[in-house]
Amino acid sequence: MANDIKMRAQLKGEITEVKVLMSHPMETGRRKNDLDEVIPAHFVQLVTATLNGKAVLEAQWGTGVSKNPYLTFHLKGAKVGDLVAVTWHDNKGASSSHEIAVTAA
Amino acid sequence: MQRRHFLQGLVGATAALLWLPLNAIAAIWNKAAFESTTLEGAEQGMAISKEKPSKDIIIVAPDKAENGAVVQIEITSNIPNTEALAIFVEKNPTALISNYMFSNGAQPFVVTRIKMAETSDVKVVAKVGSEYFTASRRVEVLENGCG
Repeated sequence: MANDIKMRAQLKGEITEVKVLMSHPMETGRRKNDLDEVIPAHFVQLVTATLNGKAVLEAQWGTGVSKNPYLTFHLKGAKVGDLVAVTWHDNKGASSSHEIAVTAA
Repeated sequence: MQRRHFLQGLVGATAALLWLPLNAIAAIWNKAAFESTTLEGAEQGMAISKEKPSKDIIIVAPDKAENGAVVQIEITSNIPNTEALAIFVEKNPTALISNYMFSNGAQPFVVTRIKMAETSDVKVVAKVGSEYFTASRRVEVLENGCG
């Protein structure tokens, strides 16, 4: 499950830029397939990020976030080598996490 | 009255504590706000009130989006002590897109890609203590992105 989140964390000046790309269908529950059947909702509801194990970001998502969600956020006070982890949880109970170290830009 | 406020505070504190374990997703996720079909309902679900327009919330978004399925937006709050940023698209089937809560050095800044059903205002609400500030930006959508 580790390869469905791609991440990069780069220290730029005093800000660490964290870029995250997740693989997820983000189905709204309103789309229909070719047989005119409603495709059940399947989407990420919660994304959390930690820096060295300490919570820095908590995001709640609805169905309006695009498929294969992309996210950038900024951290202040992180150093090269610090660990940034991102975890998502979806409405079907699945989850995935990934952790990387901060690198110099 | 004071006792009531105390009890409300207690409920809030308990909710904040329950917030921490990340297993009970259903309990954390703001179902009422996310499933509301109106902007007003979604804001009520988030307990947003008396929001004030602010020029210190910056929304970077395309004026025209070719494909409403993927509209990249960048939001920044320059208001000190911004705790959370919520994104709404007024004319989507459900107006609340996402809510970001920042702590421990995370800056009130996000780049995200959202779905837009039709031309609409993208509205951002910043939570600063018990106050709310807002800014909007219109995005013209050429192709429906909600399927």
